[in-house]
Amino acid sequence: MSVQIFTPREFHRQAHDALGDPQIRANFRKAMDGLMTKRREVFGDWDLETLRELGANIRLRALSKLPDLLEQLEASCQANGIKVHWAEDGEEACRIIREICESHDAGSVIKGKSMVSEEMHLNAHLEEAGIEALESDLGEYLVQLNEQTPSHIIMPAIHLNTDEISEILHVKTGTERTRDVDYMTAAARSQLRQRFMNADVGVSGVNFAVAETGTLCLVENEGNGRMTTSVPPVHIAVTGIEKVVEHLRDVPPLYALLTRSATGQHVTTYFNMISSPRKQGEHDGPREVHLVLVDNGRSSIYQDDELLDTLRCIRCGACMNHCPVYTRVGGHTYGTTYPGPIGSILSPHLMGLEDTKDLPTASSLCGACGEVCPVKIPIPDLLVRLRRESVGEGRGNVPGAGVKRTRKEAAAWKGFQWLATHPGAWRAGISMAGKLKALMPAKLGPWTDYRSAPKPAGTTLHALVKRHQASKAHEEER
Amino acid sequence: MSARDTILKRLRERTDGPLSAPESDFAVVTNRGWSAEERLSRFERLITSVHGEVIHAPREAWTDTLAKALADKGVRRLALGKEHPVAAEAREALADVGIELVDVDRDIEHWQREQFENVDAGLTSTQGGVAETGSLWLWPTPDEPRLISLVPPIHIAVLDADALEDTFFDVVESHGWADGMPTNALLISGPSKTADIEQTLAYGVHGPRELLVLVRHAGDAPGDKT
Repeated sequence: MSVQIFTPREFHRQAHDALGDPQIRANFRKAMDGLMTKRREVFGDWDLETLRELGANIRLRALSKLPDLLEQLEASCQANGIKVHWAEDGEEACRIIREICESHDAGSVIKGKSMVSEEMHLNAHLEEAGIEALESDLGEYLVQLNEQTPSHIIMPAIHLNTDEISEILHVKTGTERTRDVDYMTAAARSQLRQRFMNADVGVSGVNFAVAETGTLCLVENEGNGRMTTSVPPVHIAVTGIEKVVEHLRDVPPLYALLTRSATGQHVTTYFNMISSPRKQGEHDGPREVHLVLVDNGRSSIYQDDELLDTLRCIRCGACMNHCPVYTRVGGHTYGTTYPGPIGSILSPHLMGLEDTKDLPTASSLCGACGEVCPVKIPIPDLLVRLRRESVGEGRGNVPGAGVKRTRKEAAAWKGFQWLATHPGAWRAGISMAGKLKALMPAKLGPWTDYRSAPKPAGTTLHALVKRHQASKAHEEER
Repeated sequence: MSARDTILKRLRERTDGPLSAPESDFAVVTNRGWSAEERLSRFERLITSVHGEVIHAPREAWTDTLAKALADKGVRRLALGKEHPVAAEAREALADVGIELVDVDRDIEHWQREQFENVDAGLTSTQGGVAETGSLWLWPTPDEPRLISLVPPIHIAVLDADALEDTFFDVVESHGWADGMPTNALLISGPSKTADIEQTLAYGVHGPRELLVLVRHAGDAPGDKT
């Protein structure tokens, strides 16, 4: 298997390649069908709309008080003995984490799943500084062995099937080739247990950070998150600034929405709530806990009432599971840390529209993502907003706004606008189009690659309606 | 200006102005109104659906059930606390059955490899359970540290049937969690699992391969279905 570099700039070419790869399409189709069914079943006996309403309210309330809650979170954590750091961007966050590692002479870091660490390319940064960073979530571990990036925010290795995974483990770790999932899981377990024991630092993400109590909540099934945050002597948690919630009581509804939306589970195996480093008299757990709060573009999203909704996200992945585009092209095609619909509304802020201009158009606007979102983010509206931004018709808040604006297209729309607001000219134009239909070209760019060109009708709809009404009136007179 | 101050300033000086906070109605995550029997059957159904094992025992004779379960599973070295009544009673009952009892009131630095490689099972008490999701809740202590429910391949958790509550929200509210959180609070709902290899469920990926919940019943064990 060759290592392929994906970038959002090449979305169209990557999508074309993915669509032509029956293995990718089969792997995603099977996985997404299963996830959609499980989600539907697990919400069966719930008042889902009321729960989503509550989830959205909790996140909106947290965002409405964001600066205050961040200060409260900092104070609560510090009172509990957790050291809090702030980073304006990914680079600064990487530097903070590297410096903590260096202050402990750390040679190896074990990682629990953290999308924000992917977003800031932490592993590469640490490796450059001579610090080994090893992923411990099984999916992340497989993806790292295969020198890839995750293709889904919840199931990082969803693009690989059993045979491919068997081959990766065989080539990279010397296990037997097999289709026995239990054997492969046990092999990874024993490989990683050695690494947990020897790791100097554990790095994890955070699902919810509770301002009221200074508690960091981690959601997981495997136990690698608990290992990462309990075994090494130092734990560094890294999170985006939007993950804060006000009260501890806000956590159960969000947790209920997260597990059910993500994988159709009533609950995950572990819900791990960390409020302090090891206290006097306790016998295990890290002696130092750090929290790194990362902005990296989030405070810009925060400025705008409409875009703000992007920050409600609890990273469940339901929008990608239900997206007809994601299911067909897979996660890597997007070339971003966050793929699928949420990625298409988040990545332009993190990376600028110059690089991500195709992503807001990677949607049929069918609305499925908005319908399943557990915190009711109006994703389709935000996709449309970013399309407007990319042609310079938004409010220009997004980095790279206007990148897709061309003089020709702008002039064409301006012309259409004039035509559509001048009925005389409109009628003349329409009737002309009908008369000159023979001159209509058969090839209309990519549109006609897979379709026949539209033929203007000889008579306009208006004329037909008028004729119909006239003949009806004539009949009634008789 | 520090990163902290820059970020906070940017958030405070929001272009579109201050935001208002909507009210939150938590009714949907509470007031299930289940009876004790419903709670127990729901808890058992959900935790067994994810490969948790449940056995029932009368309160007075629970250690007999424990001894039998340990023998069935071939546990030779059991890690457990000393002070919690669950640990104390277990120690007393298991003194002469040929199972080695491993002390856990030692700093992990001194016995990490032993814990990882040479302990068959960890026994812990639990603070209670959540019926809705089939979850146990634990607040590890110096007597019962956090790793003994994670590192050994089998976790045996002792739960009192009357410590089951309807929902996680109910637990957080009725036990005043917000008034003071421990170093680590945990919900555990089954043995460690993964579906990262083509959505195929596999158990025991990093944490315990088996979770055995021993439910103790006051008086006659109504749930003694074993």
